[in-house]
Amino acid sequence: MQLLLSGLANGCIYGLLALGFVLIYKASEQLNFAQGDMMMFGAFLTITFVNNEWFGWPFLPGLLAAMVIMGTITYMMDKYLFRHIFGQPQFAMVILTIALGFVIRFVAGVIWGHEPTAINTPLAGKQVEFGGLVLGADDLSVIIVTFFLTIVLYLFFSRTKLGLAMQACSQNQLAAYYMGIPVKRVFSFVWALAGVLAAIAGVLFASKGTIDPASGLLGIKAFAAAVIGGFGSLPGALLGGLIVGIVEPFAARYLAPGFSQIAPYGIMIIVLIFAPNGLFAQMQNKKV
Amino acid sequence: MANSPILKVRNIETFYGAVMAIRGVSLDVEEGKIVTILGANGAGKTTLLKTISGVMDPEKGKIEFLGEEIQGMEPDKIVRRGIVHVPEGREIFPFLNVEENLMMGAYTRSDKKNFGADMDMVHSYFPILKERRSQQAGYLSGGQQQMLAIGRGLMSKPKLMLMDEPSLGLSPILVQEIFSIIRRLNKEQGMTMLLVEQNANVALKTADYGYVLEIGRIVMDDSSEKLLASEDVQEFYLGLQEEGQREQKRWKRRKTWR
Repeated sequence: MQLLLSGLANGCIYGLLALGFVLIYKASEQLNFAQGDMMMFGAFLTITFVNNEWFGWPFLPGLLAAMVIMGTITYMMDKYLFRHIFGQPQFAMVILTIALGFVIRFVAGVIWGHEPTAINTPLAGKQVEFGGLVLGADDLSVIIVTFFLTIVLYLFFSRTKLGLAMQACSQNQLAAYYMGIPVKRVFSFVWALAGVLAAIAGVLFASKGTIDPASGLLGIKAFAAAVIGGFGSLPGALLGGLIVGIVEPFAARYLAPGFSQIAPYGIMIIVLIFAPNGLFAQMQNKKV
Repeated sequence: MANSPILKVRNIETFYGAVMAIRGVSLDVEEGKIVTILGANGAGKTTLLKTISGVMDPEKGKIEFLGEEIQGMEPDKIVRRGIVHVPEGREIFPFLNVEENLMMGAYTRSDKKNFGADMDMVHSYFPILKERRSQQAGYLSGGQQQMLAIGRGLMSKPKLMLMDEPSLGLSPILVQEIFSIIRRLNKEQGMTMLLVEQNANVALKTADYGYVLEIGRIVMDDSSEKLLASEDVQEFYLGLQEEGQREQKRWKRRKTWR
């Protein structure tokens, strides 16, 4: 049970990261391999605002500021960088984001150093007893935050004009142009949203332990989660993340050492063999 | 032409890469009229509409709408000025429901007040859209999707609608239904339309004025009645044939513009 919960908490983080992948992929069919590094950067920004050796702000304003900055950075990245290679082969974008990941990692290393850093959260180290189980408040808060974030995102995509426009752009880009939706700006907003999500995921990750510039490599695991869930499905991304998160601690406990590192990718391969579209793929069939 | 036209297209040239799809087309659309462009596959009809709605940019030429030059503008700016493009092949948003599709049509508008009234107006022309409003648009039938595409276009409160092949892939009875709605929109709402069609017969019976487009050029233009009566149009676009002496054609007619 305890394993399940801590796995769930990890899974939430993977899920949020995978969500960022899928958001961008759905909107523009671009793969953003810098998502993990964006997460790491967002976490360090928050550390800068919140931790006492830097600005020492209260937690929530610090987090908000980091979210806004991350969102702005990724918005600008799309507007001034990615838009120029729009229409190039997907390969160009993949390489660009991988390179960008390295750059972000390097910049973070220069600014914040390579030592693992912890974040000052109000919940750090506290424990909650619940029905005979001892749970870390950090694990619990990760799950709760993800849960609320999911609801907020759902409402955003189904109720707001911008959210609907994002869906519209991803479903039929040409028609979106015809309807006067400013498609390029909407894409930039999608990137901003992915940046904000990355910042939140980063803070949640850092709150469970420490973070260092190499933590961005976690993004690859989230990528596996997105593939398991079926690229192009938002609920699938979250569930894929949860699956990966839950499998890891169980594999660590019951299998030979080392398997926990392989397990997510093993599942990914199995899913790709038996359900190449992922477990929750949104099937596209247009009537002619 | 008595009134000055709201849309003036002058000598536009549009390329697909190196291929010149529109080779210097000029046309006028007067307010409150339905103007049709006839042409076979690959004549450049859709390209012409895309150029007007800003999805493609012309290399040369001018497009004037309500006295302003709009060529080369971003499509969302053009929609805001009052031109909406109802694309061919019912390009709807398949995973949004009917109502959300209609909302996306009104994306460029910020006046929430009239939104409900416009929705009612669309529903009055297409009652089926009201019935199916919470259904995913991808599951609508072809005719319903076409109606949705037109309704979605109406939601942007356009001054000019560009209709691309509304009859594409529909049964004859549905074609009649769609075109009778198009006529009603024109009469009751005063909607100006530029209608692109392969189905020359129904298009000419709906429109006031027609242009014939062939390989990127306008080769004929006249009022619909005259085009309907013209031998060339009858032969090449309406499929009527002169009776030959042995009940077959003795020679192939040459197009008079060749």
